[in-house]
Amino acid sequence: MIHFFLLQNRQGQTRIAKWYSPFEHAEKKKLQAEVYRTLIQRPSKHTNFVEFRNYSIIYRRYKGVFFIICCDPSDNEMAMLEAIHLFVECLDDYFVEVCELDLVFNFYKVFALLDEFILGGELQESSKRVILDRMALIGDFEKKSK
Amino acid sequence: MSIKLRELIRNVRACKSSAEERKVIFKECALIRTSFKEKVDTGLRHRNVAKLLYIHMLGYPTHFGQMESLKLIASPKFIEKRIGYLALMLLLDETQEVLMLVTNCLKNDLKHKNPYIVGLALCSMGNISSADIARDLSNEVIRLFRSGNPYIKKKAALCAIRIVRKVPEMISDFIEPASSLLSTKQHCVLVSGIALIIEMLQLKKKTASKFRKLVPQLVRHLKNLLLAGYVSEFDVVGITDPFLQCKIIELLRLLGTGSSRASEEMSDILAQVSINTEPSKNPGNAILYECVQTIMAIDAEDGLRHLAINILGRFLLHRDNNIRYVALNTLCGVIHTDTSSIQRHKNHIVDCLKDPDVSIRRRALDLIYALVTKNNVSGLVRELVNYLSVTSGDEEFKRMLTDKIVLVTEKFTPSKLWHLNTLLSLVEIAGEVTRESVAANAVLVVGHNATLQPYAVHRMYSSLKKQVVPSEALRRLAIFLIGEYGNHLVSAEGTASANKNRNSESKQEKFVQKTPEEVIGTIKYIISRPTCTPKVKAYVLNALVKLSTRFSGASEQELIAGLIKKYTSSMSVELQQRSCEYTRLLELGNEAVKSKIVSTMPTPEKLIRQTEKKVGEDDDDDDDDDDDEDEDEDEDEDEDEDSEEEEQDTRSKRKHRSTKKPAKKTTPKIEQKAAAAAKPA
Repeated sequence: MIHFFLLQNRQGQTRIAKWYSPFEHAEKKKLQAEVYRTLIQRPSKHTNFVEFRNYSIIYRRYKGVFFIICCDPSDNEMAMLEAIHLFVECLDDYFVEVCELDLVFNFYKVFALLDEFILGGELQESSKRVILDRMALIGDFEKKSK
Repeated sequence: MSIKLRELIRNVRACKSSAEERKVIFKECALIRTSFKEKVDTGLRHRNVAKLLYIHMLGYPTHFGQMESLKLIASPKFIEKRIGYLALMLLLDETQEVLMLVTNCLKNDLKHKNPYIVGLALCSMGNISSADIARDLSNEVIRLFRSGNPYIKKKAALCAIRIVRKVPEMISDFIEPASSLLSTKQHCVLVSGIALIIEMLQLKKKTASKFRKLVPQLVRHLKNLLLAGYVSEFDVVGITDPFLQCKIIELLRLLGTGSSRASEEMSDILAQVSINTEPSKNPGNAILYECVQTIMAIDAEDGLRHLAINILGRFLLHRDNNIRYVALNTLCGVIHTDTSSIQRHKNHIVDCLKDPDVSIRRRALDLIYALVTKNNVSGLVRELVNYLSVTSGDEEFKRMLTDKIVLVTEKFTPSKLWHLNTLLSLVEIAGEVTRESVAANAVLVVGHNATLQPYAVHRMYSSLKKQVVPSEALRRLAIFLIGEYGNHLVSAEGTASANKNRNSESKQEKFVQKTPEEVIGTIKYIISRPTCTPKVKAYVLNALVKLSTRFSGASEQELIAGLIKKYTSSMSVELQQRSCEYTRLLELGNEAVKSKIVSTMPTPEKLIRQTEKKVGEDDDDDDDDDDDEDEDEDEDEDEDEDSEEEEQDTRSKRKHRSTKKPAKKTTPKIEQKAAAAAKPA
């Protein structure tokens, strides 16, 4: 099960944080800081998997943003890495050459995309086309109902 | 009045300092608060809540927005509902009581005609519902399993995962609906359905029997995925839907463990997947990894297991660190069942030990420890000790490595000389991180084997001289050995015997006979260094007094006496006491008494087990010294009254000193001494 999903930039600012397990507000802040500290020290040649407390963190850096998934140690780490890549591809297609500013200004859209992709800590949809179609449909429906 | 979300974000980003940012945020919060209090619905509520969410993401407190999000959820407009549910998921979690108010809204939305709204409700439920909400709404969710829309079905399945996690008693309600989900062709529904079944199996193992009938269906799905040509929708670098494949294989693992019939049904397809999947890219490796885990977990036949281990062996050679890490991890798990087949990959695992990535090094170390047997112990330990000498920096890893080496040498030793060599190498190379027991065990081995004594003392002497800054453990061990067996250092037979035991292949120089002045000179040098701790100085004093009987020349005696006398006025009470007593002892005429006191120490039977104490923390040797000399004095029959009085004084002082120290773990040595002392008394 995925416990949380973070997007952090290299300065340590969390752009998107989605929590699938209950944590206290103070604990959430602490976790974000700790994860950032752990990851920023690792050189790029090291593995993308880190053992963190009793979870396991899978991360990858795309341009200046870290995409971080924290899950149980029993999950397939490489499948999680693939999931991160799929999510990045979806973002890229949806925002057309996504950059960090897109994540800041359109955070509610990123959350909506994430909700189409992962639900309750499990992977929901593995087809990029379906996710993007769905986002487009919902966007249209929203415009019509305004 | 009320600015757009974009404006707010732009304003915040334009702030130059955090104080300025706080000002902007608080001003906006105040505006939002007033607008919330207004009775009239301006239609801008969703924009205000969106702004509030942004403020929340920056880390500011936003509790006043929770009720607003509830109002938004209740609104009929889709755009307001959407922001409302998003706010619900971000601002609230299952521990808040406010969540209960949402239950009714959720129920209505789950019954809604519009599938997107149903989707929103399911999404929120799946992410943050509490146990109560789960119980209330589970019927609705089960009803939605049967909806025609795959979008709804998959969300309902994932929602069900959350329900069974929160309320495990309801698992039985979901078994039938979950099984029915698998008969679809839609990938997304399959993925969600399989995730649900996996969750149920992990929570309640007994349900496995009910799901085993699905194995043929799963095998069929997997086969279709393998044989399907290029399906652009699900294709990832040439592999069709790796996520679904991984999930199916994971479910097969859970269903196959413990059931040989199910394992048989799936062996074919597992073999096919293992052979056909392309290992050059990450998705292929993810599938192979899952496959290997499954093969090792079920009752697979030998051929299949060998296939799996070969795949892992290939992983070890991969350039990508991730894959090597994953391979080492899996091998650790299966080492106990298939040790012989893994031996073949021993060399690669030793190579992994030299990897710059610390997580890979640790895994490799664990694996090597499990792989050691009687036959390969000398080779492997040699590699490990070599590696210890080249590794630097990571203190903790060095410590773990030395611990493992010691454990392994204790379990399998081909010869005493080899054992001694290994322990001495450890102290030489990694003295700072070795535990107390390593040096103590080295002393034991030396004590038990008289033939090894000259070799040990010569080797330690040369290390002491060669190293620029010898570690504490090395210093103590070397000085102790010099004191005990110093006679071998200066005698010709001692040197010859040492050279015999020397390993001629290694780069060790030939041992040379030393003169007494040289030895005393070395000791003097050690004790004069500023890095010499009081404990080491105490060891030195002991060694010197022992050497007074080992070395016979008069000039040496003078040198020794001179050195010891220097500490009669030392600031440390321990050193002062020892120095005074030893000076008195040396001035004693009676040679018999003297030689008995400083004779070689008897050695205990058993090896000292490792404890948590490390070098410098605890000192059992001092205690043992005292007890030993106590006992020797007890055995004395002395006619000289003066010396008897003195001896009684010193004896009482020593007894007092040894009882002053708190009772530590009683080593076998002290017990033996106590038993022996009780007898003549």
